[in-house]
Amino acid sequence: MKSSFATLSLLTGLLLASALHATAAEHIRASHAWIRVLPGDLPAGAYVTLANDGDQAVALSGASSTAYATVMLHRSSMQGGMSRMTMVDSLAVPAHGKAVLAPAGYHLMLMQPRSPVKPGDTVQLLLKFSDGSTLPASFIARPADALGAGDGSGAGH
Amino acid sequence: MKCRPLLLTATALLLAACMVLGGCQNATPLPFRLTNVTGHMPPLEFSLTNDQGKPVSAADYTGKVVVLYFGYTHCPDVCPLTMAHLHVVMQRLGALADGARILFVSVDPGRDTPAVLHAYVNAFDPRAVGLTGKPGDIEALVKRYRSAFTREPASKDGSYEVSHSSAIYVFDRDGKPRVLFTPADSLDDLVHDLHLLLSSGAHS
Repeated sequence: MKSSFATLSLLTGLLLASALHATAAEHIRASHAWIRVLPGDLPAGAYVTLANDGDQAVALSGASSTAYATVMLHRSSMQGGMSRMTMVDSLAVPAHGKAVLAPAGYHLMLMQPRSPVKPGDTVQLLLKFSDGSTLPASFIARPADALGAGDGSGAGH
Repeated sequence: MKCRPLLLTATALLLAACMVLGGCQNATPLPFRLTNVTGHMPPLEFSLTNDQGKPVSAADYTGKVVVLYFGYTHCPDVCPLTMAHLHVVMQRLGALADGARILFVSVDPGRDTPAVLHAYVNAFDPRAVGLTGKPGDIEALVKRYRSAFTREPASKDGSYEVSHSSAIYVFDRDGKPRVLFTPADSLDDLVHDLHLLLSSGAHS
């Protein structure tokens, strides 16, 4: 009896807590979202700034897109004069802070475009967070020699 | 009054010496801002295939200031960023940039065919040339400049990454290595040093 009451109150507590605690995606705002498009079907890098207005840190765990077969969260790094790229499980967005995916650092690697993506196109990516929540964001496709999102950058910037 | 003829003689001698040596630039080293590697590395030498599918060697670029970078086209982040930066550098050099060539040497010859490289380099700059070739020939060039690359294990879908040196080597019109650029250096300094090499008109 006592234990089932405890379980019930625990469940109620959890339900209340989850009702008060919104999903990670609800606290995230994406800006400066862009893709560097390379010729042919070469993989492309996607970049975005994620701002978290919540009291809890959240973690970006990856993304998916109907425009590309595979999307992976990667990080470029420099060690002893060598440039390397490694896959990462997640990227933390601190409470009331930002995480920046930018060239030569964290980026989403987009592989095997299902149809050619041209500069000027808008590509939808579904950003995934470690609590399972998702956030759709619009990425502007930019030419190979672009150095940033350019004017009128996507994702509600 | 008395010392005037002496001064004239000295000037004449100096001019004669300059002519004999074939250029006064030899006397004063160019004031480079990047790491000066003059005399510390062997002259440019390779035998590879350009992005038009033609065999080329260092001799084909004699007379051009060469900016040499090792990379691969399936690299979605750092390589295109570097190439975009080099394009900015070339733009800032204005008409002088026509005297320079960016040589993008693939460290992934298995995937980087001349056709793939052609589309790739031209997406960045008209003065960029893609070079590929036999793995042994690429390795020889990489080793010549104490550069390195490693093919990382492939993932399930067969795709793989290549870790590679991030340095950029700048050669003068005679194919002699002059400065080394690393990602920690500023593009302003690269523009400055290329400007020196391109405007000096000298071959050394």
